[in-house]
Amino acid sequence: MGDRHGQVHLRRPGGPVRTMRRFATRHPVWTAILAVIAALLLWMIFAVWPDGFEEVFGRKKVFLNALFNGITLGGLYFLVASGFTLIFGLMRNVNLAHGSLYLLGGYVGYFAADITGFWLLAFPIAFVVVGFFGIMLQILVFRRMEGEDLRQTLVTIGISIVVADLMLWGFGGDFYNISPPEWLSGPMSTFFVTAVKSSGEPVFMKYPMVRIVIFAASVVVGVAMWLALNKTRIGMMIRAGVDDRDMLSATGARIQIVFVGVFAFGAGLAGIAGVVGGTFQSIAPGEDIRFLLASLVVVIVGGMGSIPGAALGALLIGLAEQFGSVYFPTYAVVLTFLIMVIVLAFRPQGLLGKA
Amino acid sequence: MVAMPESDARSEKKPPQWVENTPPAYWVLGILLLIVPTFASNFVMFQIMGWTFILGLIALSLMFLGGYGGMVSLAQMAFAGFCGYMIAIFGNSAVEGISQGWPWWLVIPLALFLTMLFATLVGWLAVRTEGIYTIMITLAIAAAFFYFARQNYEVFNGFQGFNSVLPPELFGVDWRGPVAFYYLTLFWAVAGYAAVLYVSRAPFGLALQGVRDNPRRMAALGYNVTAHRVAAYAFAALIAGIGGILLTWQSAQISPGTISIQAAIDVLVIAVIGGLRHPIGAFIGAFIFVLLKTFAVDVLIALGLGGERFNLLIGIGFLIIVFWSPDGLLGLWEKLRDSRKRDPLTGKGVE
Repeated sequence: MGDRHGQVHLRRPGGPVRTMRRFATRHPVWTAILAVIAALLLWMIFAVWPDGFEEVFGRKKVFLNALFNGITLGGLYFLVASGFTLIFGLMRNVNLAHGSLYLLGGYVGYFAADITGFWLLAFPIAFVVVGFFGIMLQILVFRRMEGEDLRQTLVTIGISIVVADLMLWGFGGDFYNISPPEWLSGPMSTFFVTAVKSSGEPVFMKYPMVRIVIFAASVVVGVAMWLALNKTRIGMMIRAGVDDRDMLSATGARIQIVFVGVFAFGAGLAGIAGVVGGTFQSIAPGEDIRFLLASLVVVIVGGMGSIPGAALGALLIGLAEQFGSVYFPTYAVVLTFLIMVIVLAFRPQGLLGKA
Repeated sequence: MVAMPESDARSEKKPPQWVENTPPAYWVLGILLLIVPTFASNFVMFQIMGWTFILGLIALSLMFLGGYGGMVSLAQMAFAGFCGYMIAIFGNSAVEGISQGWPWWLVIPLALFLTMLFATLVGWLAVRTEGIYTIMITLAIAAAFFYFARQNYEVFNGFQGFNSVLPPELFGVDWRGPVAFYYLTLFWAVAGYAAVLYVSRAPFGLALQGVRDNPRRMAALGYNVTAHRVAAYAFAALIAGIGGILLTWQSAQISPGTISIQAAIDVLVIAVIGGLRHPIGAFIGAFIFVLLKTFAVDVLIALGLGGERFNLLIGIGFLIIVFWSPDGLLGLWEKLRDSRKRDPLTGKGVE
């Protein structure tokens, strides 16, 4: 395909700075409210809390922990949901077996780490194995029923039932926990002050090293995906495919290869997320449905097919889950769905979705 | 039974027209279903047939939404469970701290009304989306309701739910007795089936099918697309609610397990196995599902696989059906019938 053809239907989204400036000029009140909230949050994170404040919100350590847990959980959700949203955005394929891919990745990663003894090796192995599984899905299932949304959904539900039972058969109902290597285990001191001792010496917050590293990795993955989508030729083809698939294939792009590649990449990301989830928490039967639901909620909130939307949605849902479990523990799970319902009621296409 | 045309003067001596119009298969099936208690065991009547009719009703509500409205909703089990919960909360149960103990003639209409209200709200949210989005949103709503009911102890009694939720002893009959329960569920299954067939031919149903096929054209013709869709949710929830009440009475309890995500997916499996094209598909699917669920363990053990592989069996069966016949068993049947009618040499239909 020639570049001049590709340009025709490419919508230049503009850089993040320009988008923010446009938002600020269009909705000055909302911008002001958001700025106040951001300033308040920053103050809550960095300042030493006065006594009256602690009575309302509890101890600062609890708050900071919830914040950090929420952000890192959001990173995990982002890893799962970005693959889902990428596949949906490009191919309009709803892959309800995405949760199964996550769980499969977790098991593969567990055994890879267990057998080789290298935690880091679990990631590429899970990526390749699950990505291969995704390729099989794309070729054997989705390519045969292109454009038949309902059938794809039903078939992937069927696949997830079968795969879930096969995994239960193979791995049993036990909890598997991937243990991170020595150099990652244990807490890390951060520069956030949680309290001040009576001697005037500040107490710094400690946080598990592995969570921070994994979160940083998911940020790197996210930024790399954004760059790849917006700055490379393949990314341009993918974005063009999202906007108008038929036109892209008419320009001579090998669209089926792009499809297989994106599907493999999205599935592989779910596999990596499985390893991350297995290190963060644990993997067990039922986690597939949990993460499928989480990624559904994330992409519905953030906007189907949008990578920044997935990031925003994942962050929101992760924070809501963690703050919910700290401040009103009974209905923490319901809170995430409540967010989804509110978003749906006022912005059905999702926060960053296209109208 | 469904459409009763006015009998004109000529048919005074002959049987009314609807008797002639009903195909013989209906008569055979109807008589067979009526005389089941003479030869079937209590287990078959209560557990297999009763459960078939109940699951069939709930799947029927999904079939109505999916087949005529084009909206595949995974929230139907949530509606059924909601209605069951309402029966337990306003009526009688062993949890006396929550159950109000109101009389049945108040509780049942109230429960059905609240269920329709709930479904209207869900429908109003869900119809803002289309196609696969609807599936995902209703799945998420069903999950939210499941988690909420599991966590809420003030109204839904949390993890335990309610037990000893019994039907009223109307006319001095114990409605949980095998024969009485069989006829009760049969009655409501037939009523639901007839109602769906009737509505599908009534102006509302025809408009709904129009909305399914081309919403923009229907909107241009002056139909309120959103209102039709939301009303379809309410009507489907009525059927699901009746199924939910019967389900609660059958097991005499309602708990979060009844409305789990697995159960929501089961209803979809049932409706799709049977076929979304015709209301009878829901009952065919339910019958197969119940038979599998009851006897699969024996079959699996006979195959040397162990009884817990039930989900594998049903998943593979589901996959095979959706892969090769998207219209379920009804679609397979139609294909078979068409190929029979066709001349093998020319490939043309033979009359």
